[in-house]
Amino acid sequence: MDYSPLLISLKTSIIATFITFLIGVYVAYLVTKLNRFKGLIDGILTLPLVLPPTVVGFFLLISLGKNSIVGKYLALYDKSVVFSVTAAIIASTVVSLPLMYRTTRGAFEQLDRDIIHVAKTLGLSEHKIFLKIMLPNSFPSIMAGTILAFARALGEFGATIMVAGNIPGKTQTMSVAVYTAVQAGNRPLAYQWVFVMAIISFVSMIIMNKFDKNQFSRAGKAVN
Amino acid sequence: MLYIDIKKKLGDFTLDIGIETNKETLALFGASGCGKTVTLKCVAGIEKPDEGEIVLNDKILFSSKKKINLPPQKRNVGLLFQSYALFPNMTLEENIAISIPKNCPNKDKIIKEKISEFSLEGLETNYPHELSGGQQQRTALARMLVNEPEILMLDEPFSALDEHLRWKLEQRLITTLRDYGRTALYVSHNKDEVYRIADKIAIYNQGSIKAIGGKQEIFNRPGNVNAAKLIGCNNISRAKKIDKNRVYAIDWDLELESGEAVQDGLKYIGIYGNNLDISSDMTSKNTFLMEIINKIENPFSDTLVLKHERNESTSYNSYIYLEINSKESLDVLSLKEPIYVHFKKENLLLLY
Repeated sequence: MDYSPLLISLKTSIIATFITFLIGVYVAYLVTKLNRFKGLIDGILTLPLVLPPTVVGFFLLISLGKNSIVGKYLALYDKSVVFSVTAAIIASTVVSLPLMYRTTRGAFEQLDRDIIHVAKTLGLSEHKIFLKIMLPNSFPSIMAGTILAFARALGEFGATIMVAGNIPGKTQTMSVAVYTAVQAGNRPLAYQWVFVMAIISFVSMIIMNKFDKNQFSRAGKAVN
Repeated sequence: MLYIDIKKKLGDFTLDIGIETNKETLALFGASGCGKTVTLKCVAGIEKPDEGEIVLNDKILFSSKKKINLPPQKRNVGLLFQSYALFPNMTLEENIAISIPKNCPNKDKIIKEKISEFSLEGLETNYPHELSGGQQQRTALARMLVNEPEILMLDEPFSALDEHLRWKLEQRLITTLRDYGRTALYVSHNKDEVYRIADKIAIYNQGSIKAIGGKQEIFNRPGNVNAAKLIGCNNISRAKKIDKNRVYAIDWDLELESGEAVQDGLKYIGIYGNNLDISSDMTSKNTFLMEIINKIENPFSDTLVLKHERNESTSYNSYIYLEINSKESLDVLSLKEPIYVHFKKENLLLLY
């Protein structure tokens, strides 16, 4: 049996989650500090969540394809992004970023303002406040956001197939493999990937709920 | 030395204040939502005034003219929040240690000193949620004092505590403030607390300071009706000047002789309930026959609700509240007839 869809899926979603984590947390931090254009920037960052994935994929195709600036630049070195694993990773990152960004921003905004203010009067640098106070105190939500982003990246279909295609052994992820198997009338293979994906998603959700629960018990204690 | 002269729009009113104080504890006193906390936040640099100037010990913290607005980190001010705002992810010791630079040679010694100064030994590894309200407050105080701020600002530090804890912690705070000997701002809406803790009082109302001065002066001569109400004067009547020494109290329907010269523009007159005496000498000045309307029992004193006998008004404003010890009150009430009440002229508050 060919395990490549599983490996490609895990590889793309893990790398995408990692990138999404870094960008999402940092962007959430920047947006909470913004005074102007907050709504506009928030809207742009959330767009991939509400747009149909195929539309996101189309945008990516336009901006990464052969005729785009990126595509032309890469062509100089005889390289191309589209229809590669890199494209799959980019697609998963873009689609999962809003989830990461929104959960983290929510966590930052729910932090007690006074704690941040008091940290400032104590002379702590913005950098230290972010690392030692904001991050640790929103850790459970950030973890939940990361798992949500991972699950979304793992299930990515529309944007991926637009920009990375469906090349077996190269860009064919599990969700694409299910589609292909059904199209080809190969029910047993479809069942197999459906089962694997269901298991991974289910485990992810259990882990996420665990983080959520920890957060509630902590909040409960703090009240006493 | 602290100099504040700022304006800031706040919802439906504007904070517009001027304060100058030096090495004293100044209480910012007023009802909730009148701009006291915002004043502290402006000094700390958390909120930005619309215009004006804030100077602390020759260092300009904020100046709209000179376009200076130091970040909170550079102001070296200590701010104690109502909620104490301890960092929940850090132990007591880490909370105190976080603001000390890593390369400070006496770091451990300073932490130890502060922990013993505030009797927090044995709690070093506890997290804030494992500490009692009083311990949390002491931790927050220790954390604030570690960097020796040039000014201490306390925002209703006792509002989150039980009544029985307050008294003990208040005594401790008074000692801390006295030992520290620098300028302090203290926000509260409890008149007794303010009187015990502060040297000077600034009375806030809707974003502006109605009166500022030594606490004795403010309590003895509040000067205007807002201030008088805040410091707990519950006998206030509209008033009219008759001549230099005499005032007509409109609501009470009394003609009173004043201890000090009455200025033009007098609007109200007031007197504390415990400055009214039951008198047997009906011929002396400022003594009137009063009908007893009701008796209100307090834990340690009683309040008699009185009305001048010939006053036919039925408004609550016509009532006069006299405070006395419970025993006397019982005797008086048993008479069930009008009593003579003396208004000491030196205790009358002339309000403009």
